Amino acid sequence: MAEAMLAADGTSLKRSLARALRRQKLRALMLIAPLLIFVLITFIVPIGSMLFRSVENEMVGNTLPYTVEALADWDADESPLPPEDAFQAMFFDMFLAAEAKRHTRLGTRLNYETTGLSSLFRQSGRQLDDVADISYEPLEDLDEAWDEGETWYALMNTREVADDALMAQQRARVAALTDNETNGEVNFAPDAEVAVLLPLAAREYTAWAVYVATQDGRDPATRDPWEAVAPALLLDLQTADLSGYSGPEADKLRTAQAANLPVANFVDAFVDMDEDWGTQTPWETIQTHSSTYTGGYFLNAVDAQKTADGVAWQPENKQILITLFVRTIWMSLLIMGSCILLGYPIAWLLANLPMRKANLLLILVLLPFWTSLLVRTSAWKVMLQQQGVINDVLVWIGLVADDGRLIMINNQFGTIVSMTHILLPFMILPMYSVMQTIQPSYLRAAKSLGATNWTAFWRVYFPQSVPGIGAGSILVFILAIGYYITPEIVGGTKGVFISNRIAYHISSSLNWGLAAALGTILLAAVLVLYWAYDKIVGIDNVKLG
Amino acid sequence: MGLPPYATLGQRIWYYSFRVICGLIFFFLIAPIVVVMPLSFNAQDFFTFTPEMLRLDPAGYSLKHYEDFLTNPQWQLAMKNSLIIAPIATIISVSLGTLAAIGLSQSHVPFKGAIMAILISPMIVPLIISATGMFFFYSSLGNWMESTLGLDKGFVGYVKVILAHAVLGIPFVIITVTATLVGFDRSLTRAAANMGAGPVTTFFRVQMPLILPGVISGGLFAFITSFDEVVVVLFVGSASQKTLPWQMFIGLREQISPTILAVATILVVISICLLTTVELLRRRSERLRGMSPG
Repeated sequence: MAEAMLAADGTSLKRSLARALRRQKLRALMLIAPLLIFVLITFIVPIGSMLFRSVENEMVGNTLPYTVEALADWDADESPLPPEDAFQAMFFDMFLAAEAKRHTRLGTRLNYETTGLSSLFRQSGRQLDDVADISYEPLEDLDEAWDEGETWYALMNTREVADDALMAQQRARVAALTDNETNGEVNFAPDAEVAVLLPLAAREYTAWAVYVATQDGRDPATRDPWEAVAPALLLDLQTADLSGYSGPEADKLRTAQAANLPVANFVDAFVDMDEDWGTQTPWETIQTHSSTYTGGYFLNAVDAQKTADGVAWQPENKQILITLFVRTIWMSLLIMGSCILLGYPIAWLLANLPMRKANLLLILVLLPFWTSLLVRTSAWKVMLQQQGVINDVLVWIGLVADDGRLIMINNQFGTIVSMTHILLPFMILPMYSVMQTIQPSYLRAAKSLGATNWTAFWRVYFPQSVPGIGAGSILVFILAIGYYITPEIVGGTKGVFISNRIAYHISSSLNWGLAAALGTILLAAVLVLYWAYDKIVGIDNVKLG
Repeated sequence: MGLPPYATLGQRIWYYSFRVICGLIFFFLIAPIVVVMPLSFNAQDFFTFTPEMLRLDPAGYSLKHYEDFLTNPQWQLAMKNSLIIAPIATIISVSLGTLAAIGLSQSHVPFKGAIMAILISPMIVPLIISATGMFFFYSSLGNWMESTLGLDKGFVGYVKVILAHAVLGIPFVIITVTATLVGFDRSLTRAAANMGAGPVTTFFRVQMPLILPGVISGGLFAFITSFDEVVVVLFVGSASQKTLPWQMFIGLREQISPTILAVATILVVISICLLTTVELLRRRSERLRGMSPG
């Protein structure tokens, strides 16, 4: 038997080589790692956060947690309005949200789905205090002590056993509502006995205590709670059995229970605030969009909508996004087509001229390629305006009357011309590099075999140049469908792309979910095209300059 | 491909008309850039040639738009920001990118395809999408840096824009540097190691000088990407980080001012310089690697 080959240090050669290979791999990875981590954090994670945002829908559940719970079993077909529990839950949810100034944000969010909800939420938020005062004022009249924060604090704060679960729950509730941390010191914990006896009041008081302590940085022991604790207390007292209770403020509680103070009927109170609350629409919208993840933004992105009865198309006059997608693709194809038409002769000329001349002319292609995008766009703005250079020249020649100047900007024509100019180098360069490899002798051979110039070109030269056209076309198309700056400046309203809509939703309408969904669709389209580009040309063959 | 003496009339006509067509297309490519230059010397606040300019009357020309660029605080702030953001972003992308390109060019790299795809992706993904994603992520990153690390708001703004621009420039560095490394003779590093040089010495004394042209042209690409970038900075930055392209974009969209043309002219001159540099570097690199300059 042959002895195993040994390396210089006596280990087996195989193992020694494997170790060397492993070390080599590790070294390569160590060199790549800093950049890879950098790109993952600064680029891939942001893109991932966009994808996540396109389906994320926590706002409804975060702002109205108890309402969503109360609406879970409601069937709009069976009962015209949700149960009273839902109205009651809505009151307490809205009260906290309004104090945190978060109810308008939810209104805006739900307004994407049903018009009118934004103003409904905003107006109702202002009137919640009046509803609370129905209970608060009689309670205060009964005993001045209820107006003191100390009374409430003494009643609610822990004596023997704290209700940690309730505390954690309310910390989470406020954190979800405000998007802020609520882990700070509160100087309060709900008493377990009171939490069983007065569940609603304990819940609302705890939420208030967490809010003032962690968000406002105040001590709940010395502050007066929000008015909403009064209706919560009175609701609890309607059913609470106080006979076994001997803790602080026991007498005041018994007096209040005996006085049988009024609590607002929450259904009537909401309908009084705005009669829309008496219809199914806002409740159905909340119910439909209460899930944590939603496909709703994607439906919106293709002009559809999630309703209580399933998916439906938007009304005709609101269907703009499909039109924009079609326009983006159609105009990108037009731009790609004109780039092929203009780029092919140039690439052919460059490939067939002597090297020295070709390099000189190549500079004319590379200069626009290297010039700032904003410079080229502003140049086109200067050229295409009604008082611009082209119109001036046409008037001077006499082709166009002074009062009949052509409108070439702020429409599709402006976008197509300037983007063709901007993207033309991306078409010429790949075409040129393919055409350089085509042997001129093939053409001569075809001609010597009797082909006319046209046949020789069309049957021999053109098929060999197709890879260049393909590479250039995909490149131009990919760049075109994601363009933002140029259409924004020269496109007016008729010549803008889907990317302009994304920017609009990010910065003006603040419908970030829809912007993310539109971006995700566009990203998917681009990735498919790049996959095709990689199959046809190979990403490694991307050349610069 | 001159015209043969026996060419028919039809061939002659085609030959010359083809030249004319090509000339027109070149005109289309260059004219907009060339037109901007004389207009930037316009004495009036117009975007078109005034009769005085056409008569070549010196009164029709002035440097007032350049003067505005040099004195207007808005433009000066934009200029300053561009000169802060672009170089720092370039340094980050070049240093990290060159290291990674060297790693990628080794013979045994696990998951090479996937790593390459991730590193090239900032170039592939349309800017508007990168900007959207960065908008969401960087605003929470900024909040975190301000509240938890207690950093200054303006400083955080610059950090966000610089990080965003650095990652956008990385694909260009990777592509140019790996292209240079393809022709790199590995026996040189082995020879250096043989003669007792450590990896660091080998890198700086042997490898770096040889791949320097690729690194510099990658750096120039990264620089121009950042210097010319407007979508991401619009989304990620705030008004105090506004760069030259941002200021131009606002100018074009809202109060249109001819100062833009003066800035445009300056930028064209800069890009001509950059183009020349890259071309010279490419030739030098090819000469160093024993290829005939193309």
